[in-house]
Amino acid sequence: MRRDKQEFQAQFNRRVMLIGGAGALMFAGLTGRLYTLQILEQERYRTLSDSNQFSFRLQPPERGRILDRFGEPLAENRDNYRLFIVPEQAGNAEQALERLAQHLPSIEPRMERLLAQIARAPRFQPVTVAEDLDWETFARINLHLPELPGIVPDVGEVRTYPHAHVMSHVTGYVQVASVEAAQNDRLLLHPGFRIGRAGAEIANETALRGAAGQLKVEVNAFGRVIRELPEQSIPARAGDDVALSIDLRAQRVAMQALAQEAAAAVALDVTNGEILVLASTPGFDPNAFVLGIGQEEFNALNTNERRPLFNKATTGLYAPASTIKGVISMAALEHGVISPTERIHCSGSVLLGDRRFHCWRREGHGHVHMHDAMKVSCDTYYYEVARRLGIDRIREMAERCGLGQLFDIGLPIPERASGLVPSPAWKRARRGQPWTTGDTYNTGIGQGYLLASPLQLAVMTARVATGRAVMPTLARRPEGFAFDPLGFSDAHVAAVHQAMHGVVNEPGGTAYWTLQPGLGAGDAQMCGKTGTAQVYSITPEERARGVRDQEDLPWRMRNHGLFVGYAPSDNPRYAVSVVVEHGMGGTRSAARPARDILRDLVLRDPAASRLAPVADLARPRARGG
Amino acid sequence: MGVFTQSVPRSLRDKLYEINWAFVLLIVLLGLIGVGMLYSVEGGQWDPYASRHAVRFAAGFCVMLTVALAPPRLWMGLAYPAYLGALVLLVGVEFFGSVAMGAKRWLDIGPIRMQPSEIMKVALVLALARYYHDLDERRVSSLLGLLIPIMMIAAPVLLVQRQPDLGTSVLIGATGLVMVFLAGLSWRVIAAGSVFGAIGVWGLIRYGLKDYQRERIFTFLNPEADPLGAGYQIMQSKIALGSGGMTGKGYMQGSQAHLNYLPEKQTDFIFTMLGEEFGFIGCIVVLGLYAVLLMNCLLIAASCKSTFLRLVVMGVASTFAFYVFINAGMVMGLFPVVGVPLPMISYGGSVMMTVLIGLGLIIGAHVHRGAEPPKGAGLFG
Repeated sequence: MRRDKQEFQAQFNRRVMLIGGAGALMFAGLTGRLYTLQILEQERYRTLSDSNQFSFRLQPPERGRILDRFGEPLAENRDNYRLFIVPEQAGNAEQALERLAQHLPSIEPRMERLLAQIARAPRFQPVTVAEDLDWETFARINLHLPELPGIVPDVGEVRTYPHAHVMSHVTGYVQVASVEAAQNDRLLLHPGFRIGRAGAEIANETALRGAAGQLKVEVNAFGRVIRELPEQSIPARAGDDVALSIDLRAQRVAMQALAQEAAAAVALDVTNGEILVLASTPGFDPNAFVLGIGQEEFNALNTNERRPLFNKATTGLYAPASTIKGVISMAALEHGVISPTERIHCSGSVLLGDRRFHCWRREGHGHVHMHDAMKVSCDTYYYEVARRLGIDRIREMAERCGLGQLFDIGLPIPERASGLVPSPAWKRARRGQPWTTGDTYNTGIGQGYLLASPLQLAVMTARVATGRAVMPTLARRPEGFAFDPLGFSDAHVAAVHQAMHGVVNEPGGTAYWTLQPGLGAGDAQMCGKTGTAQVYSITPEERARGVRDQEDLPWRMRNHGLFVGYAPSDNPRYAVSVVVEHGMGGTRSAARPARDILRDLVLRDPAASRLAPVADLARPRARGG
Repeated sequence: MGVFTQSVPRSLRDKLYEINWAFVLLIVLLGLIGVGMLYSVEGGQWDPYASRHAVRFAAGFCVMLTVALAPPRLWMGLAYPAYLGALVLLVGVEFFGSVAMGAKRWLDIGPIRMQPSEIMKVALVLALARYYHDLDERRVSSLLGLLIPIMMIAAPVLLVQRQPDLGTSVLIGATGLVMVFLAGLSWRVIAAGSVFGAIGVWGLIRYGLKDYQRERIFTFLNPEADPLGAGYQIMQSKIALGSGGMTGKGYMQGSQAHLNYLPEKQTDFIFTMLGEEFGFIGCIVVLGLYAVLLMNCLLIAASCKSTFLRLVVMGVASTFAFYVFINAGMVMGLFPVVGVPLPMISYGGSVMMTVLIGLGLIIGAHVHRGAEPPKGAGLFG
């Protein structure tokens, strides 16, 4: 019995040892496992832990401003007063919104949609309740915040165009990116982020946008941000300001002068091609597009017969009409088909085969040489000159002067047009008809198939005035920039210049009486050429019914009025072109706006300030300031 | 026998003198580590976990010492009634238990809410020890001698498994089997039993487990396959442990724990949090403390003269060791997540009380190691 007991105790102790050994093995196993996890695989798990702990939040960059040549902002960012609701803090979101609606009734109609939105989002994520509030409302709600749990005020940023209609076609506007464009682009998908969708906004997108930053944040397992780590974040790089060549003040003069019309005006600095004015009326308010324009409002703009959304200055195409006569004269002189003193008789019309080509003045101009033919805009003279030149030489000169060319001025392609300078080959290809001398006649007075934009007309004028290959741009060009000469003889340039001077400054000139007293800027004078593009030809029957004048026709059948010009005449600096749709005639509608623009530019030109005795008109501003 | 005194202390003063205070110190140390970790769980706040843990530990500590000072005969006498009582309560849970988190584990009796499975852990150890104390050593491997303890083990295992609580049922079953083994079961029977046991485990997994329990076993085998689903807990726990490295991220600096990536960090995953904040060194220190504690248990068991005390010590020590192994192994991805807390450190009242009563029995066994109660002796006969 005693032996048994001792034997039993020994067996028990052996088995305790065995169990103890098993336990030791177990502890060794756990230690080994810990060693593997915490020492050998430490790096891997540390990385995983960091990616759990930290996350990067996109920081949208501040968009650069668009400035005019004097640094005046054309597009900038203003504070966007917003209200968010954080459902978690609000408790009952519906009650919170109802309380808010007492101070902000405008959210009432959107209540249901907001509640649905809140229900979908995580409880800690802010949901936008109202945007773009005026300061007074925003301040009032801030005052009531203690009674509005869960409502969080926030100041965001929104694009604003302080000069609205005046600059609409230049600046264009920003909008939320389209769904296709935003695909896989985190920045474009960021709520509230907008990109250029028209005008200089889209053309300078890269510079204006800047680069998004990354804010490092610590998040918990539910995605809630616990804290921000700005010192370990990549800050957003704000977009650059873009300075355009536009002169806000001259642009405003142009827009005011053309306010009642459907018209376009372009003004250039002929020395460097910088576009000072790029006006198209009626304008539109780009601010309306930023936060999303209503369908109704958009349709009203889009179906308006005066086409406010359409940039007439660069995409409107019109027959240049008589404004091309400077180019034709230059071609005639350069090719020696006529001397400045040779006279041609104008009886009011000329017969070509069985077709009669009329001069605009039915009674005729008598014997006219080039100077007078330009001054009075005699068509008969130019029929003959065109005949002598032939279409190929006309086309070559028109293209040399910038017609038919697509200028890369810093606007997107759809907002530019190349117009048309016709050729026999073109007519055969497009119309299936041979070129006729009649076509050459029409081209000689800027009608027929010729089409040009106001921008091209301004370039044409600048090239004729300076004899240099002026290239327009909306960007700033460096100091001392100069264009290559086009190879015109100085005498020929002077002759054309004299003729265009006569149009404005000599009695009998087509713009003489209208523009009395000429430029109106001290001693400085301007040169110009009127033009009237025929839209509709009054039939003899209508004439019999009493339709005698353009005013008797409905608006959209009236002729376009055109004017091109430059100043100061002794040392051309500014070139301008104006097209007034259905303005009935260049003299009537286009000459005065063009003169007003030139006058404003000349008066404020420091180089010309000695010419400006009209002190109250001339408030010169520091150039390049 | 040298080191170990054979006389049995009678007076309270003698008994207090005989208490293994180094052992008690180890227990207090582990309890304090628990308080410290629970203080970190709430990001440096006493409430709700750390303060309550401390109060429970203090209360449990008094109970532990009371248990240690009581005569072994009292425990022998209470063994069978306690077992039967616990069994009745387990059956009661089956019918009247309250459900929490998909499992019926608690029984509300008046103001007291208790987990009968926790009582059973101690009761089964006492009952088996009493059984083998009374049994003739030569009959341990006989058919009847084996059948009765197997049934005593199987009944609570199956009842707890039905709650369902796989962790506790495995714990109770494993502890029981260790005790049967230590009682002297012949190796031949053990070999045969292993074969049948393997078949039984296969059958259990195939037919006896709830879906979520089976899923836990499968996701444990390959946690990376489903990082956001059921494998999430294991994956995040491994990330927390691994990112702790050698020295850890610092007290209260565990990003995984404090950003809530770690599930149940105050209970089952507290070891993970410890590993994240104190690193490999912290883990080894805590595991070392457990190892020293268990080593002491083995020495105490070997020093006891009576079968009852030896088996009680080894039974309680086994339960304690299984707690540690399963919990630590589980958070390291060695075992499936079965919901077993880390003794003394995890938050939880019932487990704390069970563990401290069990440790009280071990301290008591050390104090009374020389006692040799006769077979069949007990308070109630």
